[in-house]
Formats: sequence, C-alpha cells, structure tokens
Amino acid sequence: MDVTTMKAMTAAECQPLLSIKGLKTHFETRAGIIKAVDGVDIELGRGEILGLVGESGSGKSITGFSILGLIDPPGRIADGSITYDGRDLVSMDEEDRRQLRGNDIAMIFQDPSMTLNPVLRIDTQMIETVQAHANVSTAEARQRARDALVQVGIPSPDERLKTYPYELSGGMRQRIAIAIALINSPKLIIADEPTTALDVSIQGQIIHEVKKLCRKTGTALIWITHDLAVVAGLADRIAVMYAGRIVETGKTADLIERPLHPYTKGLIDSVPSHSTRGRRLHQIKGMTPSLLNLPQGCAFRERCEKVTQECLVAPEPTLLAGRLVRCWNPAL
Amino acid sequence: MPVFIINRLLQAIGVILVMSVLVFVGLYLIGDPTSMLVSPEATEIERQALRKALGLDQSIWIQYLTFLGNAAHGDFGRSFLTGQPALQLIVERMPATVELVVVAMTFALVVGVPLGILAGLRPKAPSSKAIMTGSILGFSLPNFWIGLMLIMLFAVYLGVLPASARGETVNIGGVALSIFTLDGWQHLALPALTLGMAKAALIIRVTRAATREVLPMDYIKFARAKGLRPSRILKVHLLKNILIPIVTVAGLEFGQAIAFAVVTESVFSWPGMGKLLIDSIITLDRPVVVAYLIMMVFFLVILNLVIDILYIAIDPSAGEKVRD
Amino acid sequence: MSTPMTVSSTAPAEESPFRRLLMQFAENRLALVGLALLLLLAVPAILAPWIAPQNPYDIGSLDILDSQMPPGSMGEMTGITYWLGTDSQARDVLSAVLFGMRTSLLVAFVSVSASLLIGATVGLCAAYFGGWLDALLMRIVDIQLSFPAILVALIMLSILGQGLDKVIIALIVVQWAYFARTARGTALVERNREYILAARCLSLGWRRIIFRHLLPNCLPPLIVIATIDLAHAIALEATLSFLGVGVPVTQPSLGMLIANGFEFMLSGHYWISVFPGVALALAIIGINLVGDHLRDVLNPRNAQ
Repeated sequence: MDVTTMKAMTAAECQPLLSIKGLKTHFETRAGIIKAVDGVDIELGRGEILGLVGESGSGKSITGFSILGLIDPPGRIADGSITYDGRDLVSMDEEDRRQLRGNDIAMIFQDPSMTLNPVLRIDTQMIETVQAHANVSTAEARQRARDALVQVGIPSPDERLKTYPYELSGGMRQRIAIAIALINSPKLIIADEPTTALDVSIQGQIIHEVKKLCRKTGTALIWITHDLAVVAGLADRIAVMYAGRIVETGKTADLIERPLHPYTKGLIDSVPSHSTRGRRLHQIKGMTPSLLNLPQGCAFRERCEKVTQECLVAPEPTLLAGRLVRCWNPAL
Repeated sequence: MPVFIINRLLQAIGVILVMSVLVFVGLYLIGDPTSMLVSPEATEIERQALRKALGLDQSIWIQYLTFLGNAAHGDFGRSFLTGQPALQLIVERMPATVELVVVAMTFALVVGVPLGILAGLRPKAPSSKAIMTGSILGFSLPNFWIGLMLIMLFAVYLGVLPASARGETVNIGGVALSIFTLDGWQHLALPALTLGMAKAALIIRVTRAATREVLPMDYIKFARAKGLRPSRILKVHLLKNILIPIVTVAGLEFGQAIAFAVVTESVFSWPGMGKLLIDSIITLDRPVVVAYLIMMVFFLVILNLVIDILYIAIDPSAGEKVRD
Repeated sequence: MSTPMTVSSTAPAEESPFRRLLMQFAENRLALVGLALLLLLAVPAILAPWIAPQNPYDIGSLDILDSQMPPGSMGEMTGITYWLGTDSQARDVLSAVLFGMRTSLLVAFVSVSASLLIGATVGLCAAYFGGWLDALLMRIVDIQLSFPAILVALIMLSILGQGLDKVIIALIVVQWAYFARTARGTALVERNREYILAARCLSLGWRRIIFRHLLPNCLPPLIVIATIDLAHAIALEATLSFLGVGVPVTQPSLGMLIANGFEFMLSGHYWISVFPGVALALAIIGINLVGDHLRDVLNPRNAQ
C-alpha cells in the first residue's frame, strides 16, 4: 500500500503509534496452509480507538495476537512488518517483545472466566504483572494493583485482591482483567471481544468505562468484535475484515452512514435499527468460506450481490471518499 | 466441608467393616492351619486340643465377632508360627516398607514431573517421544522383571550394589531407619529404583497429559500477554494447575506402592510388611494375613480421605464443587 | 497418541468400516512391528507340544547331567542342542519358555475374555436400568478399584489356593471392574441416542436392546481396553507366579520360570531367568504397541 496515502487519511499525527504493513499470518496444517491473516495493513495514532470488525474466522483475533507476538506453531508470521513506536515487532528479540507485552501493549481477552488463572489469587496475578516489568517491592506493586482496581470502578478493592477468580462474577472478572491490562499504563490496548461473553447490561457498562479510561489516559485501543453495533459508538475509525483481509477502513460515522464495500453494507443492513423497524432484516447470503479453499479473486465474490467479471481478480485497496476499499464495484 | 468429611468417614468405616468380613470369612473358609503346626504323626486328640486353643472350634461368626472385638483393642491375634502378636509383627516391619516407598515415590516425583512437563511442552520432539516410550515400558513391564534386570546390571555385571537385604540402620525415636547410613543407601538404591521407575512412568504420563491440557488455556496466553517471564509462567501458572492431578495420582499411587512393595520386597529380600505378607500367605499364617489386610484397608481408606482434603487445599474452587 | 494419523488417500468406493480400520492400522509401522512380534511369540507357543525340542515336564526325557548348561551346548544323552541353555533340572530353557508362554497366554486370554464378558454385562445393565441397581453396582466397582490389583489377587489366591483355574479366577476378580466402568461410561452416552429410544418405543425386550443394540455400539472402547489389559494380565500372572502363589509347579508360566532361575542368577547362570524374562517383556511390549495404536484407530475423536 502507498504509505503517503495512508498518512494522508489518518488523523494528523506525525508518527503513528502502530503501523502494520502487509501482515501475513499463516498456519501450516496437514490439510494445507491456512492464511488466517493475508496482507493486513493497519495504522493507529496515539490515543486513537480502532474497531476491527469481522465474522469469526476472518482473522481479526489472529491479527491481535500477531501484534503481541503470541502466535504459536503451527502458526507463524509469514510476511509483513509490525512497527510499534518506531520499532519492528516481528524481527524483535523475544525478550524485548516480552518487555513490551503487558507494559506498552496490553491485551484483554474474550472470556473472563478463562483468562484469570483459577488457582491464583487476584493479588498474585496483578502483582506479578507489575513486577514482570518494574523492579518494585511487593508492597508497592500491591498498591498499584489496588489503584488499578479503583480505576475500573471495583468496590472494596482490598477485599477483592484476596479472592480467587471463582468467587467473582463474570463482569467483575472482566473488570479485573481490564485493571490488569491498565496496571502498567500501556500506550496500546488490544481488546479481543471483551464483552461477548458478558450479560448485555454489563456489556454497555464495560464499553463505556473502557472508552472513558482510554480517553483519560490517552491510551490507544484496538477493539476486536464481530458486532458492528458495539464499535459504532466507541471507535474513531473502523476496519472491516473479511477472509484475512481488510476490505474497508474509514471514519466510523462515514463508514456506518455510507458503506462502500458490499460486505460492510451487508453487515450494517443486518443490524436492527429504527429505520428497519417492521421490515425483514437483511441477511448476507451464503456462508463464510473455508480459509483453506477461498474463491479465486475477491474472497467475497460468491456471496456478493454486485459480482461482475472483474471480481475474478483480487481487488487492491483504493482510496475513495477518504476511505480505503478493496472492491471493484463500491457502492458510490 | 465438615459434613463432607463426616460423610466420607462414615463411608470409610462401612468399607472397612465390609472388607473385614470378606477377608475374614474368605480366609477361614479354606485351609487348616493346624495341619501346618502339628507334626503329621499327631493324634486327632492333639489336633482338637490345638484347634480349641486357637479358638478354631467355634462357629465362624463367633470367631469373627471375637476377632472384631479384639481388633478394636488393637489385638489381631497371635501369629500361628511365632506366637508373637500379629499387629506387633507388622508394626515392626512397617518402617522398612514406608522408608522404601517414600524414597521410591520421591524419586518418581523428582524424575517424573520434569520429564512429564518436558514431554508436554514439546510433544513432537524426539526427546518427548523417547520419554513416552520409556514410560510405557516402565509401567507395563512387571515390577519384578525390572528388579531382576537392575540386579543383573548393578549387582551381577557391574558388582557395585548389593542385591538383597536392608543395610545398616540407625535408631531414631524408636524407629530403625537406614537412610542415614551409606550402607543403608546402598541397599536401598536398587529396590527403591525398581519401585520408583514404575511410579515415575505413571507420573510422567499424568504430568504430560495435564500439561497438554493446561497449555492451550486462555489463562496461560493471558499470562504471556501480561509479559511474564517464561520461567514464572512455567513455575507458577502451569505448575500450580497441573499439581492438582499430580497430587491426586501421587497420593493414590503411594497406596498402590505400599501394596506393590510386596513384589519389590520379595525380589530384594527387603524385610518389610510385604515380604511378611507373602511369607504368611504361603505358610497359611492367617492372623498375620488378616491383620495386614485390615491394616492396608484402613490405610488406603485414610489415604483417600487425605487426598480429598489435600485436593481442596490446592484447588480453591474444589470446596465449592464438593458442596454442590 | 503421539503418532500422526494419516488419512488414506485412495479410498475405494465401497469400503466396509472393518476394512477401513484394517487399512488405517496397517499404516502404522510400529503397530505392525508389535503385531509381528506377537505372532512370532504366540504361534510357536501355541504349537509348543509339537515343535518344542523337548517336553520339559516329562521327567523321563531329562538327563540330570545336563543341568545348568550354558546356551548353545549339546546334551550328550539327549542329543538336543540347548540353544538357550538348560535349567537346574536339566530342562531345555527354549522348550520351557515355549511351554511357559503357552500357559501365560492361556491364563491372560481366558481371564480377559471372561472379565470382558462379565464386566460389559454388569456395566451395560447398570447404565440401562440406572437407579438403585446402577448405584449399587458402581459402588462395588468403586470400592474394588480403590484397592491395589496385586493385593486383591493375593487375597483371592490365599483364599482359593494354588492352581491354574484359581489364578484365572483371581485375575477375573481383579479385572472385571475396569470393563464394567468403561462399559457403563460409554453405554450412558449411547443410551440417550435416538436409536435406543426408538428400540424402546418398539418395546423390544431389555435383553435384546442391551445385547443387540447397546453392546455393539459400546464395543470399540472395550476392545481397546481388553487388548491393553492382556498385557496387564500377563504381567500380573507372572508376578503372582514369581511370588510363588500363582500357577502350579507342573504347569509353570514365564513368571515361575523366572523365579526358578532367580537364585542362579547371582552365580552368573543368567540364562535360566533372563530368557523367560525377555520373552515376557517382548510379549508385553508387542501387546502395548498393538493396543496403543488400536486406541488411536478406534477413537472417534481422531477420525477426522
């Protein structure tokens, strides 16, 4: 992708916090190579909130894990670069990468009942996060853990510190996971569907609080989700992923109001809203293709309503109305 | 939790009673010990007198109740052969067996847990496959066979370690222990290795399976995402979780090892309870056999109870699960 | 478990499940080695009375002057070459091993088959009828499994006394509970499947449902356990015989042969004990190789 166009479209920051170029993360299985992420470009400014949207299997979580260097065999980063604050994460030494993880770049996972270690107390799990990156006393680390709990709005933090995860509710556990992510004041948080496993009433609270905290501390955020409605009120920008590629990126309001890519349009039309009231909801025809056996050319071709002969060749990202779109027939 | 423990205790007492009936009735249905004790020329009157003296003329149920009443006071009768109290015979031999089993189990854990974790971390590496093949051999080959091979190698071929008996002991608090002398260790080495290898094989398998189960868990990935050092993830996050199945299995295997010491002790003429049991079975010395079995039942039941309690101590949420 | 499964690339159009299993099985070289090893040991053992150089229990054919001869020596009177040497009573070790293996295999095979039959029946009935019967049977199974196999076998033998049949009974008592537990576990899953519900709706008799419908579908895991259990049975029988409470002297198994040679081992006459020991180990390893792979093949989770 053309670097100058990228810079032109992002917010007026001199140097982006995170810049991913041509990222390819592949999994070598016996059945063949699964191209989970196949040429993804993302730029993120300081303090910016990006919504990374896609259905399951689109490669959005793998993109998140690739940034942190948490891809395990048989998976590997086959190509591309991930530059964080001017340093290349892909070629970086594992020990240097470890020092960035949880300190500069933190992550929140999907299922709070699985992310906290069931046999360790909350304080142990928080203090170790501080001490992995800073040479501080346990007492000081405990104080920071307490502050982090207060920050995410957990009542009586001293008592909570002494509990085991199984004693807490799902919402409470996720708040603690968020507190752990925030504990070392990272510059970037990657949140992988952190509200999917929670009750709807808690979802809204968590989204609201994370947004507030990121704005307050100036932390950049990548919020990975399959639910466009979740990021609509949260993100500055949205990137839509399909079959390992980003098909459309743009400012949230623009993208929601006037989707250019047929897939984005399909996603938006399938969300119920006031305007669709009483009508049958739209549904994207067909099923997510297997990553082992993608259609030739545009991966969305077989499900697209506007498919033409051109779609047999994979479209390159093009700048259109301030947005990047990978489509031969954008809705203009 | 107290309710749970009381419940388990009642069950345990039930099991002990049932087993005592089975063992007692079973052993008294066949075999006539008087034929072993008197000379073949003895008259029928002499035999009758002996039966009466041993209480064998009573009905089996009277014998059982008498036995139960005496057992409650720690009296399991006297050995038909030596005339010593059966319980005393067993208690005298107990330190040797416990010493052997403790050393063997320690060996099994010290060797088995690291090898199991290694095989679990890199399941496809040649070293892991070698470890797993070794462990299949370790627990499928009979214990006495492993013992024989060790004797062949270390006692006959290399001639560096003794093949039988217990070494020099030191009396500590009224208990004779051989782990405090060099001679004691030399004698202990082969039997403990024999017993320990079979147990290590099992510990390896359990550790590997648990490691493979815990590694893909989100909390391990989260721990990595927190930027923890690999050594901390291994020693705290992984180890604390795999400890639960390991402790359970090691505890159960401790009981099994006490029982299996019967074989090892026979191979190495180790003067423990197991050797006593085999000798007593062959000479039909019923009181000793019965006393041994009742003691074992007692021990195994208590051991199971202790494992359950330990389990709650390690897994903080287990108490919850038990209550449900 | 750790051996990678490869899906056969050339699948014939009409392929019976049995044939498919056979082909999958044949693809693992280690399992084939195990199978070959087993055949190599079992066939001569079964044919022992006809192919062994000597009948080691026919006192008349023994020449006491030939006792404890090293491997490869020749008996002057008998004219037999003792390829594996002779024991303290001048028996040809090779012949003794063949006869001993025969006894070991017989005991293992009979006891495992009977345990499978009893255990499967108990387990299936417990699963099918449920309620108090299930609770009672499983309580018995639990209690029995909490006691070490070797102790249970020792108690049984000290009650029953010596003899081939007694050893077999003791082994059945030790082993049936494993089969009962496995059979119940699989049957519980199967019981709620639609085909069983359909059979019950047709009000077929319980015997028919259990044995014609439930049993065939629970068989694969039971076969795997039975295979590996053969190795356990051989090992346990050998142990009991080694301890002197197993088979009678007139029908020695491998375990007893090893025990007989034990006292001569320290004086360097290794062959009396070691050759039966090697045969025992090879049999157990062979069964484990086959059983381990059978588990991979029959495990539906590995089918994809």
